[in-house]
Amino acid sequence: MMYEQFKTRAEGVSAEVCRFSTKNEALVWLLEFLRRERIAGAPQANALWAECSFLDGMDRDTLNEQTGLKFEVTREAASQARFGISQMEWALADTGSLAQNSTAIEQRLVSSLPTIHIALVPTSGILPDMPSLLSRVNPKENAYIAMITGPSRTADIERVLTIGVHGPERLVIIFVDDLGGKN
Amino acid sequence: MGNEFKESIHKAVNNANLTGALGKFSEAYKVNRAKAYEGIDFEELRGRIAELKSYAASHLDELSDQFTKNAEACGATVFRTNDPEKVREYILKVAQQNNVKTVVKSKSMTTEEIHLNQYLEKAGIIVGETDLGEWIIQLAGQTPSHMVMPAIHMTKEEVSDLFSKEVNERLSSDIPRLVKVAREKLRPTFLAADMGISGGNIAVAETGSIVLMTNEGNARLVTSLPRIHVALVGIEKLIEKYADVATILKALPRSATAQLLTSYVSIITGPTPNSDGTMKDMHIILMDNRRSEMAADPKFKQALQCIRCASCLNVCPVYRLVGGHVFGKVYTGGIGTILTAWFDELKKSEDIQGLCIQCGACKDVCPGKIDIPDLIMELRRRLVQGQGVPLLQKTIYAVVNNRKLFHGMLRAASIAGKPFTSGKFIRHLPLFLADLTDGRSLPAIAAEPFRDRFKKSQQPELKEKVVFYAGCLIDFAYPEMGEALVKILNKAGIEVLFPEEQTCCGAPARYNGAYEVAEKNAIDNIKALLSVDASWVISACPTCTVALAHEFISTFESVGQTEWMEKAKELAAKTIDFSTLVKKLIDEGRLTLKEWQKLDKVTYHDSCHLKRTLKVSDQPRELLQRAGYEVTEMFECDTCCGMGGSYSLKLPEISGPILQRKLRNIKDTGAPIVAMDCPGCVMQIRGGLDQDGANVKVRHTAELLAEQLD
Repeated sequence: MMYEQFKTRAEGVSAEVCRFSTKNEALVWLLEFLRRERIAGAPQANALWAECSFLDGMDRDTLNEQTGLKFEVTREAASQARFGISQMEWALADTGSLAQNSTAIEQRLVSSLPTIHIALVPTSGILPDMPSLLSRVNPKENAYIAMITGPSRTADIERVLTIGVHGPERLVIIFVDDLGGKN
Repeated sequence: MGNEFKESIHKAVNNANLTGALGKFSEAYKVNRAKAYEGIDFEELRGRIAELKSYAASHLDELSDQFTKNAEACGATVFRTNDPEKVREYILKVAQQNNVKTVVKSKSMTTEEIHLNQYLEKAGIIVGETDLGEWIIQLAGQTPSHMVMPAIHMTKEEVSDLFSKEVNERLSSDIPRLVKVAREKLRPTFLAADMGISGGNIAVAETGSIVLMTNEGNARLVTSLPRIHVALVGIEKLIEKYADVATILKALPRSATAQLLTSYVSIITGPTPNSDGTMKDMHIILMDNRRSEMAADPKFKQALQCIRCASCLNVCPVYRLVGGHVFGKVYTGGIGTILTAWFDELKKSEDIQGLCIQCGACKDVCPGKIDIPDLIMELRRRLVQGQGVPLLQKTIYAVVNNRKLFHGMLRAASIAGKPFTSGKFIRHLPLFLADLTDGRSLPAIAAEPFRDRFKKSQQPELKEKVVFYAGCLIDFAYPEMGEALVKILNKAGIEVLFPEEQTCCGAPARYNGAYEVAEKNAIDNIKALLSVDASWVISACPTCTVALAHEFISTFESVGQTEWMEKAKELAAKTIDFSTLVKKLIDEGRLTLKEWQKLDKVTYHDSCHLKRTLKVSDQPRELLQRAGYEVTEMFECDTCCGMGGSYSLKLPEISGPILQRKLRNIKDTGAPIVAMDCPGCVMQIRGGLDQDGANVKVRHTAELLAEQLD
């Protein structure tokens, strides 16, 4: 129910949303997505994956075989990557937003500098709305709370909506049912 | 009004790009905003915002202290000052101590307020705006014309010219391409910058957090990439509780850009690690710049409830014609007029306060529940208090304050005006009502005012009595409206009383800031209208109704008149507008219309005071429908007709285009009749249609109903 509402809202602001029951299924789809989008080792073609619980217990060797997929997040690497992958802990159903404790700068680098941001989200992290998020996330323990709703956009020239200014021009959201989560 | 100011208005209204862009935007905004608020109880929401912001405004010192303590406990450095000069010096000092060469900024009106960019640039620091709109106007060497959309006045061709120079390449005006150019051009600037400067949409005392919202993602980069972050926050952004962030976030994006939420929201509480492992050097500046003084002012404290959404600009019929630059260099539109008067100086608002036509559209949508038109009136009052009324106006008011002289002159006008009368209109009104404008014919002063006709008329002796307050327009220009009202009330078994001592309601004086004149008018009317025993005081002019029901009281409050306050309240409680009373009489079965008929199509124009102050809009429509008319709605039915009393005399270059838009909307319905409840609107719209030559009849609802009594 909340997932459907989230999907409608997020797609309403040009995000792409899909859902899988297992981490493995999600991974298979993600790797296929990257290949389809022509991931490569060169700058402006590679992907950068920030530390997250999705990677826990993953066979990193398999992942490392994927050309162009890197895990060491620096400003330089992030500014050259075409894809940024991170895990967002929460999703807000009524606005189609994602939220995360982004205190670690790596989380912000991969979600703001690349052209495409791929967000992995535990399905159990879907909350109804902003008040339920704020009641769970104490700012004193989460110095940088980041919310993301759709890709970067502007209407500053003649009020024409244009996607992709300083942040990503695509936001791909992958819900994973068995990713645990904080709820 | 200064010539330079008049010139800037002239330039703006004749700038087709500007009025075209703003016009289209304002039309789309209303629709999109309504959609964004679907399923939300806006009144409940803004009630909560007004309450929490008002609390904050009453506790600025405590909340600043609390914020400082909490933010510093998290490792931020907080600097608080009243003085813009100290803010500039502080930021420069931080920059120089840290060897800062380049600064990137995300959009901040507060930095505009203190002209920070020029100051830092003078000291040799390169300052880059990164919000697309701000960057455009920085390149153009201009100032923002809108708080949320700073470059809304510019065309894509102008932008492509600017960008072409910047990248040394001839660019087309393809908008997505221009946006890409901005992304590519600014990316290295972000990565190289030593300092990021942001504003703050919200500052939370309880946690020491600042909240930043953007759509482009530039605030995320400004607060993440450079090693130093300076946030400049006006203290009116303080709120007490963290949970209330959700309340403001629910309204701000919906009201600002009709979005459910902006693409990015960051809640930052103290410094975070940089990418090289060091900690961010984070400075938060709480700037007062007269905000505390505002909070201590019983009238203007309310203005601190503003959350800077700019919806007051987006719905303003004047703003959409003239744009922001006419208002000045920083804050624009309705709230901008008020902020300029305080953050700059009262004198600076002298011309721009006159732009407000008092239609109240902004008050309806303000998520902070600020009575912007009322505060602008208060500016007017204080300006007049400080400088006095201009001589010509003074002469007029001396006349208006002497009922016999005033009415005598109006009678004289009906004779003097005769040679110029063509049918029901005259092209030039004599005396002080002269100096009128193109695009609208004015009514002839009636040969016999209502008060004389009333004296001669015969009414049946009826048990219930109601006092009729005619107001100048019905009394002296449209007596037939008054007669229609008498006919209807008589039919319902009510005898109409007309105390002859009644005079001008004082609205013209009040709307020009001459409160002492309005006070005298109010007292004269209270005496007259309460001199006889009656169940109601009815008026068929919404502006007069508002005067009787609300403004006598607030005028007395403003000038400290206490002697007549009780009586003013007594009168207010008895005052009722025409449609509301007639609807009541019909509902009570005391009056019936010929309900079986099928009459023409009618389109209904909502008068500002009736719809937005008296909250009456269904009643006249129901009455017209009951009488057999088919009510067909025009586009923007409740947008001002441009009359605004003497506004149309002072600013015909604005009033004219507002009227033309109204006429177009009326004609587009194809209805042969346009109805309304206000004689002022009748004067404006009938005059406009007369000159236009369109075959549409303009009628007061009372006239239409009087013809259909059963």
